[in-house]
Amino acid sequence: MKTIIITALISLFSISYALAGDEPPTIESNKTAIEMVQTHADYLWTLVAAALVFFMQAGFAMVEAGFTRAKNAVNIMMKNLMDFSAGTLAFWAIGFGIMFGASGTGWFGTSGFFLSDFTAGGDPWVLAFWMFQVVFCATAATIVSGAMAERTKFSGYLIYSVIISAVVYPVFGSWAWGSLFNGSGWLEGLGFIDFAGSTVVHSVGGWAALAGTLVLGPRLGKYTKNGKIKPILGHNLPLAALGVFILWLGWFGFNPGSTTAASTDIAMIFVNTNLAAAAGAVVAMYTSWIKFGKPEVGMSLNGALAGLVAITAPCANVSPLSAVIIGAVAGVLVVVSVLFFDKIRIDDPVGAISVHGVNGAWGTLAAGIFNMGGTSLKIIGVQALGIAACFLWVFPVAFVMFKLIDKTVGLRVSPEEEMEGLDFTEHAGNAYPDFEVSTYRGIGASSSGGGNGYSEAPSGIISTEPLKSTS
Amino acid sequence: MKKIEAVIKPFKLDEVKDGLSKIGVNGMTISEVKGFGRQHGHKELYRGAEYQVDFVPKIKIGIVTDEKTTTQVVDVIMDAAKTGKIGDGKIFISNLEETIRIRTGETGQDAI
Repeated sequence: MKTIIITALISLFSISYALAGDEPPTIESNKTAIEMVQTHADYLWTLVAAALVFFMQAGFAMVEAGFTRAKNAVNIMMKNLMDFSAGTLAFWAIGFGIMFGASGTGWFGTSGFFLSDFTAGGDPWVLAFWMFQVVFCATAATIVSGAMAERTKFSGYLIYSVIISAVVYPVFGSWAWGSLFNGSGWLEGLGFIDFAGSTVVHSVGGWAALAGTLVLGPRLGKYTKNGKIKPILGHNLPLAALGVFILWLGWFGFNPGSTTAASTDIAMIFVNTNLAAAAGAVVAMYTSWIKFGKPEVGMSLNGALAGLVAITAPCANVSPLSAVIIGAVAGVLVVVSVLFFDKIRIDDPVGAISVHGVNGAWGTLAAGIFNMGGTSLKIIGVQALGIAACFLWVFPVAFVMFKLIDKTVGLRVSPEEEMEGLDFTEHAGNAYPDFEVSTYRGIGASSSGGGNGYSEAPSGIISTEPLKSTS
Repeated sequence: MKKIEAVIKPFKLDEVKDGLSKIGVNGMTISEVKGFGRQHGHKELYRGAEYQVDFVPKIKIGIVTDEKTTTQVVDVIMDAAKTGKIGDGKIFISNLEETIRIRTGETGQDAI
């Protein structure tokens, strides 16, 4: 009995050992294995970068909340949450196919809807690529929520959010980036340079924001009848600054990640990104210092973002010195632009049109002007063509869309709702319930145990708003 | 009974409270208020637009005393709250009809 068992065990071991494919490596199998390392690295870098760009959603949420009033903070959070969530689904269902599907005409794609390019067990690269692209789409979509903050109907906004992710963004994207997957675009065929999306992402968002603010109109009390501009203070500037830092961090995925490959190219892109942001912040700060007499935080923060937007197109084809210049120009441009839009009574609470629209255009132009391989009128001409094409597609379509939403569901809340605050009127919510006197069941400043008067707010508070908010 | 209301600069609160506690006044109510008198507000800057802030944050202290200690309390508050600069605040004294302690129902002097 014992012999039988031992023999059986030895046989089993030998068979499994033989089946383990224990052949010595060949040159071909080594080549394949080495190539797989690069492939794995490509996947790894692309997806890590996608996660960084996803985190920019938090950056946008914080910037927008910080620059707007406390009574609308919940609404800002909801809009940002939905820009990403509804946008993801819209891009999965329709947008990706339009942007990267097979394109017979060069104007839009017609395959790959609902991620049909992926089959179980098939090449998963489409999934990694889609993941990277969806976070870019969401970035374009969420730019608009800042410009339209504090007076937009949530239901109307949701409709916009789906349409921009499903149609507006992908169509232009297919012109410039379609060939990165299955498509091909007429614009990229002309040699248009927009490495990570100054135009494809940021200008698309910026011009849609412009359309939205025009249809909406300014916030109540922002502009007086005799032409004065009344500041409506953001309720939390540290949050706004946090948001900018998060965006800066995320941009290290946005720009270098656009290689969608692990290569040494990402080093220069990282450096260019950082230099442009820094130059933008410094120059915007000095511009505000000279113009207003003090270095102002809102302009300085916008300056950093403007530099980042501006370097997004040229990040891979300009020198670091050029990146500094591009960022510096962006710093001046954004300050001038913010003041300009206020002057013509276009109310943009966070400066989205100036940061993303205007500097998206500048960055795209700069990609032609500062091209390391040399510049020419033709190169700059194609860049200008792309800038114009983007505006001519996005602005009218977005404008008509917002008008239609306005006529049907309604785009702007009523004046009473706007004064009350969207947190309550749109969401029956309150972002900061503990900061008010509340008499509901002990919730509020005086609820923490009672009696320890000095470690909490004084018990006789009569003002219910933080000192510097609301009208 | 007198009701004393003092509007003072917020950072003076602890000094006033300590001063009052030394003369035996251990109860008071405070509120966060805003106001201005001859102290004008100031200009601030937001994204390139200047705006005027007229109302300045203050603390209002409410104390109830009997007639005899009123002068003493006022002296202590004035001494502790004064900086000598514009915006030090004001003290208002009014007659109080009745005081009642909620826990026990005591009234008048026993309730202070």
